[in-house]
Amino acid sequence: MSDLVSQKVNMIFKSLKGEDVHALKDITFTLKKGELLTVLGPSGCGKTTLLNIAAGFLRPTSGSINLGGKEINGPGVERGMVFQQGALFEWLTVNENVNFGLRMKKEDPIKTAKKVEEWLDIVGLKGFGNTPTYQLSGGMQQRVALARCLINDPDLILMDEPLGALDALTREKMQSLVLKIWKETGKTIILITHSVEEALLLGERVYVMAPRPGRIHKEYKLPFASRGLKGDLREIKNDKEFVSKREEILTMIWDMEEEIMGKEI
Amino acid sequence: MITGFITFFTIFAVVGAILYGRKLIKTEKSDAVFGNPERAKGGIHWVVVGSSFLLLSWLYYSWDIAKSFYPKSANELCQVAKVNESLLSLKYLFPIVERQHKSTAIIKRENINIEDKIILIQNDPDLKDQDKEIFTNILRDTKLMIPSLTDERYLEDNIKNTINELTIRLNQLTTDFPKDSYPKFTTEEEDEINEGLKKQLGWGATGMEVPPLPESKRGLKFHAAAAELNSISDEFFEMRNHNPEYLRQSEAIFGEIKEYMDGLDDGRELDYIKDIKKLVRRIEYASIFPPKTLDELENAIRAFDKVQNNEQGNLRTIDILLFPAGTIVASGPQCSEAGPGRWLPKPSDTFRIFGEMLKPSVGYKMIPMLWYEMMGVNRIVGFVLPDWIADIMPGKYPVHNQDGTVDPNFKSRMLDIVTGEFEAFKIPVPTGHIWDSFLRVFLGLSLGIIFGVPLGLFMGLNRFAKGFFDPMVELYRPVPPLAWAPLVITVFGIDNVGKVFLLFMVSFSIMIISARAGASGTQLSKIHAAHSLGASRWQIIREVIFPNSLPEILTGIRVAVGMCWGTLVAAEFLAGTTGIGFVENVARKYMQYEVIWITIFVMGMLGLLFDITIRKIIDKTIPWRGKG
Repeated sequence: MSDLVSQKVNMIFKSLKGEDVHALKDITFTLKKGELLTVLGPSGCGKTTLLNIAAGFLRPTSGSINLGGKEINGPGVERGMVFQQGALFEWLTVNENVNFGLRMKKEDPIKTAKKVEEWLDIVGLKGFGNTPTYQLSGGMQQRVALARCLINDPDLILMDEPLGALDALTREKMQSLVLKIWKETGKTIILITHSVEEALLLGERVYVMAPRPGRIHKEYKLPFASRGLKGDLREIKNDKEFVSKREEILTMIWDMEEEIMGKEI
Repeated sequence: MITGFITFFTIFAVVGAILYGRKLIKTEKSDAVFGNPERAKGGIHWVVVGSSFLLLSWLYYSWDIAKSFYPKSANELCQVAKVNESLLSLKYLFPIVERQHKSTAIIKRENINIEDKIILIQNDPDLKDQDKEIFTNILRDTKLMIPSLTDERYLEDNIKNTINELTIRLNQLTTDFPKDSYPKFTTEEEDEINEGLKKQLGWGATGMEVPPLPESKRGLKFHAAAAELNSISDEFFEMRNHNPEYLRQSEAIFGEIKEYMDGLDDGRELDYIKDIKKLVRRIEYASIFPPKTLDELENAIRAFDKVQNNEQGNLRTIDILLFPAGTIVASGPQCSEAGPGRWLPKPSDTFRIFGEMLKPSVGYKMIPMLWYEMMGVNRIVGFVLPDWIADIMPGKYPVHNQDGTVDPNFKSRMLDIVTGEFEAFKIPVPTGHIWDSFLRVFLGLSLGIIFGVPLGLFMGLNRFAKGFFDPMVELYRPVPPLAWAPLVITVFGIDNVGKVFLLFMVSFSIMIISARAGASGTQLSKIHAAHSLGASRWQIIREVIFPNSLPEILTGIRVAVGMCWGTLVAAEFLAGTTGIGFVENVARKYMQYEVIWITIFVMGMLGLLFDITIRKIIDKTIPWRGKG
């Protein structure tokens, strides 16, 4: 049982003026092992805060998140994270970046090297092991970041807009890669995105969050991810059901944004 | 010879490089518009032009080009300068250099002085009317005395004769001077000159600045003429136009003054009378003659001046072209360089002296510039190992026995080892001024890095450390390092320890600041990533924060090296017995301009060497900089 259970998580920040900012309010959900959850929402709705709490970088004001029955209290290896810009260590080569976690655990270098090779193969970077990371393109850097996270064999993978900074073509390739890895490893994945299309394509479950206070506004269970595993992603994008869902969610988000703007003015 | 070759070579290099540059512009791609940074790339040929320009300026302004192409020119110019010097006082009598005759100018000035004095005396309220009367009378008499000097009727025959005689001598010199047979020396005089020439050294750093005795035929002419002119000039200025009429009046005035002064105490009256006395004396010693009396002499001087200018020939051109911003001047029998040649040493001399100083047997102040010495390993061991190692060994130090000897035991043998008192083979160790300076910078810098970087990182990561150490660092850092020098040198001594500590202070603060900036500039996402990859705190510092701060740290080192150099040289100036700064300071005291320039050059080269090394290290260790 390594389900992710979130119980009434509240996060209240103090702003500089001394006002309370309710970033998250009563977030309660359960994510079964092997599920892929995508989280959508307008900016400032607390998506990244939720992810940081799950990663253990932040402590919630009240409530708790449990992974496999254990309360999350600080960062840990069982929860891997992939960042928007890759957050690679540019002073290391691809190999050294990927085996960073294993080196920290002081594992046998020979075994490590073999693992690194396997993972580089999976993410499609075979032969790039000795390349310095600053010479890689954005997409390749994200692949390294994925491999670096997965080599530690985490129970839960947290992705913070991992494909946000990529161009459209690379993005599509990477979406297939994420699906492929999800299927092959059977990991639980939470993926935050600001692209409705991406959320629908990748998410087995999709949460649309609303701001002020940050809360789960609507939940969807979608078939597209499992279909995407078999077929072409572009075909799914033209699917009637897909299009109608996309429009529905887009309208929802637009409404929320308008509401915020109105409030601000 | 070499200088000449180098001069031609650099000129060719400049011309060649400029032509190459022109050619390159023609072949350049058409899209190289202004502002395109590509256009600043490459350009080694302009480096050649730049360096050649520097070298040529140095050669030219130090008069080394003159020395190499016309080695005798300085000596000849020295003889010309002697003539000019001898002529100068005679020339000043006439409107040749100045606008007026000297006599005219003096008479005009003294008449004004007398009138001013009279007004001053009349207006002084503290002066008694009786004294005013006396002073004014004396001054009136003095004014009336001047015509006795300027009236041709009073001019004595012997004065007239002397002037005529001097004029004839000058005219004779003017006619003789251009002749090949001039000068006619007696064998004695010739021997004397030849004897002097044998001892005479060349133009340059060793010996005298400019060799004063004539080395060429032309020089000899001017040398001889200068002697004759000196004798004429001396005779002229010994002559005084003190005719009986003048003497009568003058005696009367001094009589009045003496009479007045006899019954006088100190006071304002005394000041006045002294001033008046000075005024009368000035007129006495001024060479005042009746108008027209010296006309013949003036013409003779003008004629000679013209002839000697002609005789200089191409020397004048050389003087103008190859002795920029100055020339050779004479003062009595000696000649010297007046201009940049004096403080800007000739490259030829500089490099020769540099070569001499590099010889380990010569060096500077008994210490070689850069050499090695054989040092026993025991001394190094004794220096490295602390003495307390022997103290903590078991047992007691031996006590002497009844035979009056001491038996060594284990503890005393250990003491011998840690203090270096044992026989060992020797290894070569660098030594010398350059090495000393280098080592001080290196040690100060290394200590600064070793202590500054960890503390800086700590301060960048921890609120307590930042708050606690900030006041200390920020209070001592803004103080110029040299302001600390007197204190540090007093506490730690004038030798290595004091200087290394001073440099440590300099580099320490710089390293703290840069390491701190590096640490606090680490992206949070990288630290988050390391956390979720299972890195411990120490691992995060070592594997993430430290490498991430490397660009800042290395830039800090680069800055620190520069600061350390500057501080070191100044500190060596203050005190010490070795080092480049010390060499320069001593050279400054003895005005050895060549050595000063050598030290400047060595410092520049060493600084450049440091900087290039660090730049290479930066390129090697942080290739990702600016590409992240």
